[in-house]
Amino acid sequence: MMQVSAIIPPPNSTGRPRQVDRLFGAGSFKLWALLPLLVVLVIFTLLPILQLLQMSVSELEFVEGELVSEFIGLGQLDNLAKDPIAGIALKNTLVFVVAVVLIETFTGFCLAVAISRTKTLAILYRSVVIIPLLIPPVAIGTMWSLMYDYNYGLFTTILIELGVQYPPLWTADPDLALISVIIVDVWHWTSFMFLIMLAGIESIPPPLLEAARVDGATELRTIRYVILPMMAPTILVAMLLRTILAFKVFDQIFVLTSGGPGTATQVISMHIYKVFSEQFRLGYAAFLSLMVAGFMFIFVAFYLWASRVVRRRLG
Amino acid sequence: MKQAALSKIALNLSLLIVVFIILFPVFYIVQTSLKSMADVYSGSFFFTAKTANYEEIFTGSRSNFAELTRNSLIVSSSVALICGAIGSLAAYSLARLNWRRWVAGGIIVWLLFINMMPPIVFVTPYYLWARAAGIYDTPAAVIMAHVVLNMPLAVIMMMNFFAEVPKELEEAAVIDGCSQWQAFRMVILPIVRPGLAAMAVLVFVFSWKEFLFSLSLTTTSAGRTIPVGIANFVQEFNIRYGEMAAGSFVAMIPALILVLLAQRHIIKGLTVGAIKG
Repeated sequence: MMQVSAIIPPPNSTGRPRQVDRLFGAGSFKLWALLPLLVVLVIFTLLPILQLLQMSVSELEFVEGELVSEFIGLGQLDNLAKDPIAGIALKNTLVFVVAVVLIETFTGFCLAVAISRTKTLAILYRSVVIIPLLIPPVAIGTMWSLMYDYNYGLFTTILIELGVQYPPLWTADPDLALISVIIVDVWHWTSFMFLIMLAGIESIPPPLLEAARVDGATELRTIRYVILPMMAPTILVAMLLRTILAFKVFDQIFVLTSGGPGTATQVISMHIYKVFSEQFRLGYAAFLSLMVAGFMFIFVAFYLWASRVVRRRLG
Repeated sequence: MKQAALSKIALNLSLLIVVFIILFPVFYIVQTSLKSMADVYSGSFFFTAKTANYEEIFTGSRSNFAELTRNSLIVSSSVALICGAIGSLAAYSLARLNWRRWVAGGIIVWLLFINMMPPIVFVTPYYLWARAAGIYDTPAAVIMAHVVLNMPLAVIMMMNFFAEVPKELEEAAVIDGCSQWQAFRMVILPIVRPGLAAMAVLVFVFSWKEFLFSLSLTTTSAGRTIPVGIANFVQEFNIRYGEMAAGSFVAMIPALILVLLAQRHIIKGLTVGAIKG
């Protein structure tokens, strides 16, 4: 169709009637149906990023309710150099992300292998396991802060019953706070890794597992030599995706520690939020946001490329 | 044979422990929500259950939880409606109406970027816009942010549902004289209705649990939603544990209902962005 029209110009090739046709003619529904989404994307995702660019070269202030903006060029770089917490937040975020991704990959994989072997109770397991992904992270934070509570919390009560004289302070101990937050995240996000891994396991052709069983392979050997190699690409991509999502962490940390004690659990999102809401430095917050966006942009592009390669390999 | 039965029991036993680990914190919060302050302090497992905490948060004079619940309901249902309408129209257009590959592909990639970007990135621009538009501290500001956050889920989930509908149906409808809009409205939409419902419910729950934007775009109970109210409990000097637990449990109710409802569609929606294994 396209080729023919390129050789023989159609009778109405002035362009104008066809443009009008595209907008109002019989086939125009295609465009109108997409338009609301395009409007949302351009106004609410593209413009904010442009605005971040503009904000991050400015110093912004509210004077008597009016926004006053002053151009400072690359002045925010000086602010970054003078901000010791930004580096700490980056380090904490990296520790957090690496820890939760490694642990949750392991727990998610074990859970997926185990649940894929059950029959009668499978529905119960699957329903219960998705609960942590649906309840508000803030409520997850309050649940765990109740259990971590030094005076009345469950862990303290149990440890004292067991005869421990000085039970740990959990979220109030600078050395334990990040670990406490990681434990909560494992409770929260293992389910996500589980869901992806389970889909991976279920796509392994049953004859393969059957063959391993007939050949007398033990359960562990089947997992090691059949399931694990078959799952390797899925696991890799799941880890990349979880890494990206783990950088979002905010809600639970806000509730459990607010980034404290000191800066022990200060992560990037928390730091930007504090710059924005407590120090009220909008320009600097925008600058940090832009850096995060740029970094994540590259990371997500890499993820999408990697998952495409994997999908092609899986056929 | 005996060994197989034993390993089966061991497997189920360890999975029941996992179930216990997941459900225990939920149980613990329900238990705490039914305790009086004295029972919380004594830390005992045996106490008389009272609904005083629930009464206090909803009807107490110093509690704004009723307003927050109202805001949460307004925000989440508006977001589900808007995302349902815009998302299903766009998904249909992208999945079925022969866009060039770079157009459809480009939009989907952009949606995935939005889905994976830490939301804090959008907080400062949205804050300034909400102030400029005069909607700061209203549910409208929170709705605006939540619609954007949930749009990737809405579009991508609906595209999967539309892809499952046989193409012959629309073709038959168009041959019978339907316009494309009529074919969509009267033939295709009724078929994907269960999927559309699942998407809308999931968007509702995601909006219901969102915290960062509700926190940043509001400052009083005129615009705040339930998660912000719960977080405020923790920051008080003397934490009212019982009321905090009661509020947290109310916040979990939509999620718990959802778990009892449709499963298959929900699981697909929870892993948007993951490759199909």
